[in-house]
Amino acid sequence: MHTIVCLKQVVDPELPPWDFGIDPATKRQVRTGKPLVISTYDENALELALQLKERVGGKVTALTIGPAGEVKDAVRLALAMGADEAVVVDDADAPLALAADKAQVLAAAIGRLGSFDLVLTGCESADWVERAVAPFLAEALEAACVTFVTRAEVREGGLTVRRTSDEGFHVVDVRLPAVLSVTSDESLRPRLPKVKDIMGAMRKPVQTWTRAELGAAAGATGVEVREVAVPQRTTKCEFIEGDPAQQAEALVSRLRALKII
Amino acid sequence: MPGIFIVATALEGSLGRSGLELVGGARTLARPLDLEVSAAVLGHGAHLADAVDELHAHGVGKVYRCDHPALTAGQSEAVLAAVDPLVGRERPDIVLVSADTVGREVAPRLAYRHRAALATEVTALDVDGTVILARRQVYAGRAIATLAITSRPAVIAVKPRALDVPERAPVRGTVEEVSANIPSELRLQVREIHSERAEVSLDDAAVVVGGGRGIGGPEGFKLLAELARVLGGAVGASRPPADEGWVPITWQIGQTGKSIRPNLYLAVGISGAAQHVAGVSGARTIVAINKDPEAPIFSLAHFGLVGDYRQIVPALIARLKDAAGT
Repeated sequence: MHTIVCLKQVVDPELPPWDFGIDPATKRQVRTGKPLVISTYDENALELALQLKERVGGKVTALTIGPAGEVKDAVRLALAMGADEAVVVDDADAPLALAADKAQVLAAAIGRLGSFDLVLTGCESADWVERAVAPFLAEALEAACVTFVTRAEVREGGLTVRRTSDEGFHVVDVRLPAVLSVTSDESLRPRLPKVKDIMGAMRKPVQTWTRAELGAAAGATGVEVREVAVPQRTTKCEFIEGDPAQQAEALVSRLRALKII
Repeated sequence: MPGIFIVATALEGSLGRSGLELVGGARTLARPLDLEVSAAVLGHGAHLADAVDELHAHGVGKVYRCDHPALTAGQSEAVLAAVDPLVGRERPDIVLVSADTVGREVAPRLAYRHRAALATEVTALDVDGTVILARRQVYAGRAIATLAITSRPAVIAVKPRALDVPERAPVRGTVEEVSANIPSELRLQVREIHSERAEVSLDDAAVVVGGGRGIGGPEGFKLLAELARVLGGAVGASRPPADEGWVPITWQIGQTGKSIRPNLYLAVGISGAAQHVAGVSGARTIVAINKDPEAPIFSLAHFGLVGDYRQIVPALIARLKDAAGT
């Protein structure tokens, strides 16, 4: 089975609030000098791809779009975790792109890679949170689509997956080829590569293509980012002191006085 | 007739709150853009008639009713197959979809097929001239982006519970039966449906008790459940407990999980990561209980209790029980 995992590199979403800022020129998060990581759920998608490969064999290809120099570390980490090869679509403007545009580039790159059985993405990106790349890709690649997947088992002709729903979860049979977006689950904790894996990753093939080579010109998406604003919070916290019994007493009194309970 | 087209799914019951929220969104756009509102209601069974009535009662005149046995819970491919030709035939300017389990799979695919502009996870809608302004949270809720949707058609996927349910505004509506050409062999087939709904739903609870990594394990959530029970509320969690499997993922509150709007939110052992804060900023009063006085949650909270939740929560339960008894 050939699984392609789409990885996005983002500014570390765990940065403290005071390290977060919007660049007024690009209307995106300030990236300069900030640590870059693989977007949260993309690592879970890679972990799922590696687990499926361990069970049924095949190959895992990591695919990313970004400024080639910048995404090197993300690609090397994916290879060290166990991806067999990687493809980078070199695009300096990628951090500004929206899902519709990104999916078009990813689809073109997957087309050039040739055959695939499964494409995995994170369920959302840690920056723009559109949750749209997987369904877009499914259309472009004429594949089935399931989002927010936490588990997947290979069965005859396809997969049986667990999809997180609004109320719980669904068990879904899906035919291949398919595009799945993956969310986090206790079974999908990203593995930590060992030193020998990190060394081995240096020898794995990385291809770099440009967006122009793929013939994926930036198309009009009909959506412009007009403004990105950081809401100002003005809440002042009233700390309630004392031992636990006193704290409980005071809190309940305050909430009752305010008619909150 | 071009206009605003609501994709209203009634896959497991009546229209529900999120369907009516789309009507609210449509009304916001309809007047300034001078567009009429119609809706497709998709599902199977008797409850479809109730869904149609609800749409008429809330001011949607023209309703296309699509009844097909494949249009049941979770069947996003069937919904897409049913709604796609209808959008092709009616050629609406704007298609509104709820960004629920099915909608988030359908909306981008519909946009792709009809070369439409797409905005997803939208939490507010507005109009500036002929441009639609769609707001949404970005960067784990740390910022709000305003998207200007300049082209038509446009598909807009609205985050459930973000928009208000509109007032009733009954109209004498019309219904057109639409036959769906759904392939008998779908590439996606929902085999089992599991509900992890708690006794009191997070969506509607007036009081929510949320636990974070600081709870330390699944055992601690029993204590939180006891507190929630005394308060008549629901239990939720930030991302780490859901990731760790201490609680069902449906309990997760935050950017990736649910957005809640209770009167009172008690954040217990929650540090206050942006991902979580994104889902609780609609709470009217926030109480934070955390042993770390520097935890970012205190900058959001109205009341702060610094200490060990294992001592504070039982004291709170006891005090509340006393108060109830007096």
